[in-house]
Amino acid sequence: MAEIAAPQVPAEERKKNRLGLTLPEYQGSASTLCTGCGHDAITNQVIRAFYEMGVQPHMVAKMSGIGCSSKTPAYFLGKSHGFNAVHGRMPAISTGAMLANKQLVTIGVSGDGDTASIGMGQFIHLVRRNVPMIYIIENNGVYGLTKGQFSATADLHSKSKWGQENQMQPIDCCSLAIELGCGYVARSFSGDMKQLLALLKGAVAHKGLALLDVVSPCITFNNHEGSTKAYKWAKEHEMPLHEIGFVPFFEQVEAEVKPGETKRIDFPDGSHVILKRVGEDYDPTNKGQALLTLLKAREENLFLTGLLYTDTKTPDFCTQLNLVDQPLATLPESLTRPPKAVLEEVMERLR
Amino acid sequence: MTTLAAPEKPKAQTQIINDFSIEIATINGSGSQTANNMLMRSIFQMGIPCSGKNLFPSNIAGLPTWFTIRANGDGYIARKAETDILICMNPDTVFEDIRNIRPGAVCLYNEELPVSEDIRTDLIFYKVPFAKIVKECCPEPKLRRLVTNMIYVGAIDFLLNIDLQETFKALRKNFSRKPKAAEINIVAAQAGYDWAKANLAKRDPFRVERMSKTQGKIILDGNSAAALGAVFAGVTVLTWYPITPSSSLCESMIDYLEEYRIDKATGKQTFAHVQAEDELASIGMVLGAAWAGARACTATAGPGISLMSEFVGLSYYAEIPAVIFNVQRTGPSTGLPTRTMQGDIGLCATASHGDTKHPMLFPANLSECFEMAGDAFDLAERLQTTVFVMLDLDLGMNNWMGDPFAYPTRPLDRGKVLSAADLQKLGKFERYRDVDGDGIPYRTLPGTSHPAASYFTRGSGHNEKALYSEKPDDYRNNMDRLARKFDTARKLVPAPVEQAEPGAEIGFIAFGTTHDALQESRDQLRNEKSVKTSYLRLRGYPFSPRVKEFVARHKHVYVVEQNRDGQMRDLLALEVGADCGRLRSIRHYTGVAIDARFITSSILTQEGR
Ligand SMILES: Cc1ncc(C[n+]2csc(CCOP(=O)(O)OP(=O)(O)O)c2C)c(N)n1
Ligand code: SF4
Ligand SMILES: [Mg+2]
Repeated sequence: MAEIAAPQVPAEERKKNRLGLTLPEYQGSASTLCTGCGHDAITNQVIRAFYEMGVQPHMVAKMSGIGCSSKTPAYFLGKSHGFNAVHGRMPAISTGAMLANKQLVTIGVSGDGDTASIGMGQFIHLVRRNVPMIYIIENNGVYGLTKGQFSATADLHSKSKWGQENQMQPIDCCSLAIELGCGYVARSFSGDMKQLLALLKGAVAHKGLALLDVVSPCITFNNHEGSTKAYKWAKEHEMPLHEIGFVPFFEQVEAEVKPGETKRIDFPDGSHVILKRVGEDYDPTNKGQALLTLLKAREENLFLTGLLYTDTKTPDFCTQLNLVDQPLATLPESLTRPPKAVLEEVMERLR
Repeated sequence: MTTLAAPEKPKAQTQIINDFSIEIATINGSGSQTANNMLMRSIFQMGIPCSGKNLFPSNIAGLPTWFTIRANGDGYIARKAETDILICMNPDTVFEDIRNIRPGAVCLYNEELPVSEDIRTDLIFYKVPFAKIVKECCPEPKLRRLVTNMIYVGAIDFLLNIDLQETFKALRKNFSRKPKAAEINIVAAQAGYDWAKANLAKRDPFRVERMSKTQGKIILDGNSAAALGAVFAGVTVLTWYPITPSSSLCESMIDYLEEYRIDKATGKQTFAHVQAEDELASIGMVLGAAWAGARACTATAGPGISLMSEFVGLSYYAEIPAVIFNVQRTGPSTGLPTRTMQGDIGLCATASHGDTKHPMLFPANLSECFEMAGDAFDLAERLQTTVFVMLDLDLGMNNWMGDPFAYPTRPLDRGKVLSAADLQKLGKFERYRDVDGDGIPYRTLPGTSHPAASYFTRGSGHNEKALYSEKPDDYRNNMDRLARKFDTARKLVPAPVEQAEPGAEIGFIAFGTTHDALQESRDQLRNEKSVKTSYLRLRGYPFSPRVKEFVARHKHVYVVEQNRDGQMRDLLALEVGADCGRLRSIRHYTGVAIDARFITSSILTQEGR
């Protein structure tokens, strides 16, 4: 049987990762988004990143809020538990899930509306807590699912499909996250597959909150002339801060680090990224430089991408809470219900 | 004028033994809480049933506060509307305080207050020079403010024949980790007692005599009792956002967890508690945690429930366990946030959008706070839905006496959760199929190592296999199953407690803190007017079938509750259908706990007696 089917499967799909799983085993159900939606391109890179990193699908929790973007967890990792929460509240659900089982690899997908408007409060508190998870903002500058209203990340003077001009400043989720101590902050573009893949793998390796703000054009409502989230605009304006290569802990190849040309960032699991300089020298471990660079990008309307800021040492939320090693979810009753003598001691004190 | 050294003998009066209420009027933040609790505890230790209620303002310091203690040898511990003994410490309220007490009552007041005893000739006044006494007994000026209130405890001990040693014992217990503080307070209580003994001639009828009715009992607040219940129910995640009157539930849960739930071998926590950014986040974290397998809860009050409503609906449709302790108070935030109410019955019964309904538990005493906290976790996991534990400020924040808690004998019920081994045996898993006919489906937790384990969680747009569906039949079938599940809950929530009186035409239905006043009122009706009544105390929603039967057996059924609109009456009317004409309503809504006389006179009026 398998031999008859085999020729139809492209070689690349038969290749096994370190767990012996193939790429299709990381896929989900078919997407129902508009053909050409940027979100689908991100989905593909998520599938690839988890496959290449060899993450156990059953150990993954896929979380999302509400929006076209938030539908995408159904389209990747079909063998993982998923949770399509309520609008803007995926951070709280994810935080809870991590408290219950800190061994889960959690990936959250949100939109710019879901994060920067209704979910802003939860988002910044998730960052503050450094909840260990990957958080992707599929940023298209509009509310796709409710048909094209401006979102809070729409750039100043950017135009809507109907010609209105946005008069307000955009919220930059990356600079907010850097300010609040996030240890892995990246910006990318759904059309830049190579960079996105490397950034996603780095996010899997990072221990703590990893934020990826990915410009992801909405081809139906925000892909026109005058929009700064359109494909054409993004393609023409993307300015990578560096070329990024990810080296997982299980495939160590020693690349030479040349001062002034390449930088190496190490993750606690033994993986690392190599950042190759493309223009001006950029140090993603320098918080001040990162914030200034983003400020400059805002003022000059530049679309900078890459690993904006990283600090791999800040303790994550589960570490801060000093939780036992075993997931709280599966602790036996003998560890969660104190013995009778304890109740008697408490009662004695109250008599 | 002064009555202090009056040579006359006190007027002969019949003594009133173990039956009085004390009201202590102080200023918020003046440290009277300890003194008041010590006074209550002294009476309790002498074996007399008693209760204490703190009527406090929404303020940290400076506004008036009243503490009332009721002692009653027959065991009536509901609030008593009239004050028998008033202790005046607050100049701002002293005139009104004195004006409000009943004729023949006692008024013990601080000499520094501008009180003229002529204003009421029907009272028994005792004037006490607090400043002078405290100056003599407490050489450290900084500490005087803290111990001043112990002076009235000592003086009242003398007047009411309360054994001073019991007050000392209470203080030593209270300050068990601060023996110095205990001693300073003991000296102050002794000074108050000695001064009263030397200077006051007793002219009032009230007296305490030892009994043994509190033997073995405990004193605690309902919030701490519920917190203990959660700890012994194996809670693993607590999230909260501070709000009166629920904060102390969370704070005491954290205290107990930190004391008893640290893993000895590693020093690590077998629990997580998070102070969330708001109630939307606290309930969201509960759902996330419970979805992934933790025993999770939060506590809040009405304004928090309003914010949580969207998530509560998600919990209903996506079938995720959650325990919410709702310590009810009057709302909104600028309502009377420090006053009590049974005001969220309607809100919690159907919180959220669409066809949602939620189980509620109604503890009426300390033991039930403890037990129902445990029940709530078991029910939430069994039913995979939100369960509300409906306390109120009166129960949650006041000190109550009660029986010591029985150690739970039932193992934790973690509900229908399939492990990898179960899946191996079954060969398949459909998240929302009603396999057992009780409306309750099976679930799996993320992290379960089996290819069939995973499923996608979303609201109501799914079929039995948890696959996305907008088909009309899928939606209706799912909603019908959820209704069946709710029906299953009728048998699982705590059953009502019935006290049937043969031949009674009048029935009472009440719940929660209304219970004590209701019991007393039934005795008043029986003893004073020969009116016989039956009584059903609700402990859970959805209602047991026995509720309907109870209503059918009585000509009139009075639903007694502490809100304006008769929220429980309305729920019952839906339940009993054609019999709803039998339902009548008694509603108390002043922000202050209900009292027996209020119920008794309402019945007599409505029954035309
Ligand atoms: C409480 C609430 N308010 C409003 C909505 C309607 N709603 C659904 S999706 C959405 C906006 C989504 O925008 P975004 O997060 O940017 O996702 P996109 O569709 O652009 O990927 C809104 C407002 C909702 N689901 N819930
Ligand atoms: S509306 Fe826009 S965001 Fe939504 S699926 Fe279509 S292209 Fe994507
Ligand atoms: Mg969007």
